[in-house]
Amino acid sequence: MNTSTSHRSFAPHVPADVAGLLGFLALVIAVLSFASDRFFSESTFVSVAFQLPELGFFTLAMLMPLISGGFNLSVTFTANISGLAMAWVLRTYGGADAGAIAIILGIAAALATGAAAGWVMGAVIARTGASPILVSLSMMIFLRGLGEFLTRGGDISGFPPFVREMGNGVFLGVPIPLLIFLGCALLWHVVMTRSRLGFATRMIGSNLEATRYSGIQTTRAVTRIYMLSGLMCGVAGVVMAAQFNSVRVGHGEAFLLISVLACFLGRVDPFGGFGRVVPVVIALVILQVIASGLNLLGANQHLATALWGVFLLAVMLFRWAWANGMSKTLVRKRAAATEGVTQ
Amino acid sequence: MPDFRKLGIGSIEALLILVIAIMVIGLSLSTSTFLTAPNLFDLLNQSSVNIIFAVGLLVVLIAGGIDISFAVGASVVQYLTALTVMRLGGGNWALGFIVSAFFGFLLGSINATIIYRFRIVSIVVTIATFNVFFGGLMFLTGGVSIYDLPDWWTDRVSLIHFSTVSGNANLALPVAVMVVMVIATWFLLRRTTTGRQLYAMGDNPEAARRVGVNIGAMHYIAFGWLGMMAGIAGLMQAHYVQEVVPNAFYGRELDVLAAVVLGGARLGGGRGTILGAILGILLTAITANGLNLLGISPYAFKMIIGAIILIAITLSSGGFAKLVGARFTSQSVKASS
Repeated sequence: MNTSTSHRSFAPHVPADVAGLLGFLALVIAVLSFASDRFFSESTFVSVAFQLPELGFFTLAMLMPLISGGFNLSVTFTANISGLAMAWVLRTYGGADAGAIAIILGIAAALATGAAAGWVMGAVIARTGASPILVSLSMMIFLRGLGEFLTRGGDISGFPPFVREMGNGVFLGVPIPLLIFLGCALLWHVVMTRSRLGFATRMIGSNLEATRYSGIQTTRAVTRIYMLSGLMCGVAGVVMAAQFNSVRVGHGEAFLLISVLACFLGRVDPFGGFGRVVPVVIALVILQVIASGLNLLGANQHLATALWGVFLLAVMLFRWAWANGMSKTLVRKRAAATEGVTQ
Repeated sequence: MPDFRKLGIGSIEALLILVIAIMVIGLSLSTSTFLTAPNLFDLLNQSSVNIIFAVGLLVVLIAGGIDISFAVGASVVQYLTALTVMRLGGGNWALGFIVSAFFGFLLGSINATIIYRFRIVSIVVTIATFNVFFGGLMFLTGGVSIYDLPDWWTDRVSLIHFSTVSGNANLALPVAVMVVMVIATWFLLRRTTTGRQLYAMGDNPEAARRVGVNIGAMHYIAFGWLGMMAGIAGLMQAHYVQEVVPNAFYGRELDVLAAVVLGGARLGGGRGTILGAILGILLTAITANGLNLLGISPYAFKMIIGAIILIAITLSSGGFAKLVGARFTSQSVKASS
């Protein structure tokens, strides 16, 4: 319900949001180190580094549609289908003994599948003006069905050692999935800040009609936004398949709404138009540190899910209080009170 | 020619009725079992819970909000209701309804409070509460189902029961409850001032506020109503499957949302009809039922339903001409609005 009108006034603060989130991260680490003496150790950070990318790819895939004022609810299943495409190519060329060319073909197939799914969504959204939530939702239902139909609910496993290395290996002390993720995040940062498409994305999120009247081809831009989103899902599919050495439809399903949560935590405007990559990446680290820390404290995944929700609400309330200031709140309360009297 | 609009049949409803009619005729001709009382009654029994969800969600969509948390909220209500009635020594249907509606309303009010008091967009709030409800429920219950529900809750209640050559036709209690809830929601939206105010707020919250609509109260009514409907739908689902499973509704919210929006409700508020929402749910239910009877692999159901919704959106919102002649989009948008 669009009763909020003040949200735009505090969105474009540039360095303050990064500083705030980093402060939050430090606070979270300090609290968790206090709660458990085993937390501040190398093993914790290794586990964070290995688990971060999976959620990270979905969040990057969600980011551009969100900034353009849209939504992509099909990220997780697009990734699954892309993983299936890769598995199918590798299967065809010898399963666990597939050669380098087959692996490259497989990855290309995964990326192409993801981009194709995104392109279809983008074309429908851009050309019919239908709600992105609805279009991506039906795409999600379709892709989930397609995946279940193709795999019969089972999983496909057995990839060549090189692929497994890509998901679980370490290069110069850094997990390879994390390197891939950082590369993608950097790419997204460049696209959002340096390219015409990034500019168009933010403008479309602010006002689609005005953007069209200023001579930007919005149809093409929206189609590309969703195609890039699908492409990122393809990367997620490849990394997930490599990490688990198997593809199962429904894998990572729980990350769908968490990725939206991470974007909002990273100060992406829920109405679109504003949002940057760097704060979102920091928000991701915060979420993952919380999850790993709770895991270490012996809490289960579901408690972490609940706390992520609480955390998002807390941050939103904090921002609301910050934006309004206490004095403004009092004025509004008084106004509301007199309103109540006159009615 | 009769005026369909007076009966509440707009263009989207007419399209859906046409598609459903074609499907029903096709299925009646191609299968011997579709157009039989047992099958149609089962279809109704199974869609009842979703229709109750749908009319509740419709109220929130009309008011300009969105709610992702209602389905897992219904699971929370199921659990709380089961624990409450057992604590109170068994209970009965009346108590069950009151307790479910109360807890449902409470969960809806939590959403309304955060959305209205702190001016946060409803999708952000309900995604957060979705995680809180689901994570909290799974954590506190450890994912354990409740099987020993009171007898009144799980005993089959048959409204109409007769035998035919193709099996026993049985119309169960959820259908009656569904009809009552649909009529209640219709009354709220179409016959009360509150209903008009909900439409007004969904269309333009600021304008509604200036003409004196109490925006805060509307938030509580819309989200509370959905909460109540979700609670009662949860009660009915537990009655139908005779157990309470904490993750039974996980993912249901998106299916219901897709069906309701397919039925013409606009994300963004101010538009939507009960008939459309029901037709949206029925279309997906009949598709699944028909595919089942045609002997198509159950794994393909979701794929086909997803494709149908995708095609339906493409055709209904803006029309096929727009997809082809995209260069003239801006003109046709102006013409249609």
